[in-house]
Amino acid sequence: MEVYLDNSATTRVYPEVVELISKIMLEDYGNPSSVHMKGVDAERYVVEATKQVAAALKVNEKEILFTSGGTESDNTALIGAVMANKRTGNHIITTKVEHPAILNTVKYLEEQGYEADYLNVDEYGVISLEELKSKLRPDTVLVSVMHTNNEVGSLQPISEISKIVKANNPATLFHVDAVQGFGKAEIYPKKQGIDLLSISGHKIHAPKGVGILYIGEKVKIKPITYGGGQQKGMRSGTVNTPGIAGIGLAVKMITSGLKEECVRLRDLKKYFLSEVSKIDCADVNGCRLENGEYIVDDTAPHIMNVSFLGLRSEVLLHALEDKGIYVSAGSACSSHSKKESSTLKSMGKDMPHMDSALRFSMSCFTTKEELDYVLDVLREIVPFYSRFTRK
Amino acid sequence: MFSSFLIKYAEIGIKGKNRYLFEDALVRQIKYALKKCDGEFVVSKTPGRIYLDAESEFDYDQVIEKLSHVFGIWGICPVVRVPLCPPEELCEKVVDYFGRMYGEQVKEKETTFKVFSRRSNKGYALDSMELNAFVGEKILDAFPEVGVDVHNPDITVTVEVRDKIYIYSEIIPGPGGMPVGTNGKGMLLLSGGIDSPVSGWMVAKRGLKIDAVYFHAPPYTSERAKQKVIDLAKKVSAYTGPIYLHVINFTEIQLYIYENCPHEELTIIMRRYMMRIAEMLAVENEAQCLITGESIGQVASQTTQSLAVTNEVCTLPVFRPLIAFDKEDIVNISKKIDTYETSILPFEDCCTIFVAKHPVTKPNLGIIKRHEHNLDEKIDEMIKTALETDEVIIVTEE
Repeated sequence: MEVYLDNSATTRVYPEVVELISKIMLEDYGNPSSVHMKGVDAERYVVEATKQVAAALKVNEKEILFTSGGTESDNTALIGAVMANKRTGNHIITTKVEHPAILNTVKYLEEQGYEADYLNVDEYGVISLEELKSKLRPDTVLVSVMHTNNEVGSLQPISEISKIVKANNPATLFHVDAVQGFGKAEIYPKKQGIDLLSISGHKIHAPKGVGILYIGEKVKIKPITYGGGQQKGMRSGTVNTPGIAGIGLAVKMITSGLKEECVRLRDLKKYFLSEVSKIDCADVNGCRLENGEYIVDDTAPHIMNVSFLGLRSEVLLHALEDKGIYVSAGSACSSHSKKESSTLKSMGKDMPHMDSALRFSMSCFTTKEELDYVLDVLREIVPFYSRFTRK
Repeated sequence: MFSSFLIKYAEIGIKGKNRYLFEDALVRQIKYALKKCDGEFVVSKTPGRIYLDAESEFDYDQVIEKLSHVFGIWGICPVVRVPLCPPEELCEKVVDYFGRMYGEQVKEKETTFKVFSRRSNKGYALDSMELNAFVGEKILDAFPEVGVDVHNPDITVTVEVRDKIYIYSEIIPGPGGMPVGTNGKGMLLLSGGIDSPVSGWMVAKRGLKIDAVYFHAPPYTSERAKQKVIDLAKKVSAYTGPIYLHVINFTEIQLYIYENCPHEELTIIMRRYMMRIAEMLAVENEAQCLITGESIGQVASQTTQSLAVTNEVCTLPVFRPLIAFDKEDIVNISKKIDTYETSILPFEDCCTIFVAKHPVTKPNLGIIKRHEHNLDEKIDEMIKTALETDEVIIVTEE
């Protein structure tokens, strides 16, 4: 049996999306900027995708920018916004548990002379609104907070953050990295007071190499790359028609029936956590336990982070791999570097927790049978490998 | 411009009556190397030298690259080959060659040359002394700026008159050593580190054919670590030809040792079993020696005492070409043979649980042997299983 539980790293592309992209590549392969019929045909796909995304987010079509993925969306949002709003100030607030696409961009901006504050999180990976209030300044130009944490699945109080930020200074921009959250939660920028929102295609069953940045119509922003002036000059470069059409369809598919799907995934999560926690050395990260039950409603429906104390996550990961089960150790994006998980560390977890943490992340393709198989395998291999620990 | 290569070899030249064996092996290796080059080539052997004639269009850089990986080659001379012709015409060709090779250089700085002729075609109009003088004079006429120096020239233009005429003056160094396959076969213990590929390369350079064994310990070592070893074997095979890589699943044995032997002795006992298995594989595959990348004192298991204890399990000779090398020297060779970048990729095995915080550095053979008796019950069966499940990957250069 093959069980893919690494959907926070990347997802399988929807067959319908593959079909559409394949048709565009083979038949409607024109450049949307061309004036002839091939170009016009291609442009239709971009218009359609823009409509689909705008409808899903309940925003205007002109507020949608297509990018190469989450990292570019984050870079454009942060660099483009602070550059265009120098008058507001040069202070940035973000959190300690952001994805490197945010953390390293903010670090770059610090090198350029901006000041930055990084908010702490509690043991469940959630920021404190009080701390946010205390860090806000009149010259805060941008606040960037992720919607869903990629390592433990904690959710940040987006609407509340927005209210606090805007009450402090209406000119301060609020960016949300929704790469992990979009498609697994209801996200409506206008309703939630979000000025800039990043989405990645390959986390929602579209291909790699395409992403979205929502830019509220009143937001002043500058492009970060220059060229032929495509997408109203905000992102030059030949428009990625197949990718854009693909992400448009994927957005439409993943947001239809979203509520029911979130309920289904949360039930699976609750089941998995309650079962996995019965294994001797297992300890669930990022989820409250009340009266013997894990409270999953205030966490992401699809991400589960569990430490198997005394084991090494890589060993367990490869042992699972041998049984056809694919998971991540901590955050897939940083698993090649030796440094410990920044989210778990920020949550105050000790080395044994960080060394042994595995992330299981589900998608719409995940079934209960698959989880049962994973649980069976864990029940078998965890006690076995627990016998061999470093002396 | 060039359509032939003269290949010079070094040590084979001093062999006695079995010299032809070495020459034939070198021809074979050159032909093998050329298989991967575009174009048609004829390789011919004359006493003391090998000629390589291109019979079609070919990629010069590719041929040089491939030949520079053939052990036994001391130098490669790119040759201009022209049909047999009278001395006057021959001179034109040589002057043309000289102009193309050195026309710029002689204008910029003082340059001396000499002509060195060989006339194996005894029917030719001029003998070699006469040719030297005749050709030299024409070069002087065409390039008045150059001077003649017969003792220590900057440029030696060689003109060989055979069934065709060969003109050359440059020597590109080859790797030296002896052709692979002329000195038996060795079983290389290959890990993902810097040392073992270098070690295999060095021994292969002395004419050995190489097989390799890698001890894989999933889930403690990942698929990526295994792929890294395959990639390293590929790099080495650019010199040695195809390598039979034996992947031995070592996990069961490793865990068994872990549970039954003192923790400080794990590494040394583990290495003894690796050597035992490698030797069994060597015997099975008709290799006459083991090759390791060990170097005195590099780690706890490579102290002289540890090496003695590890060595004790083997009856075949164990070649350790790096034994007295400093790490820096090993790194330099690995850079030269292009294994370094692969070796330092960070897919280190997560075997750290098997590494004691304070491993023994002066193991006592008697004590180690006594502790190995703790394994008597199952170890033979486990070794048998490991050998039976040996995965053989034939690794060739891409």
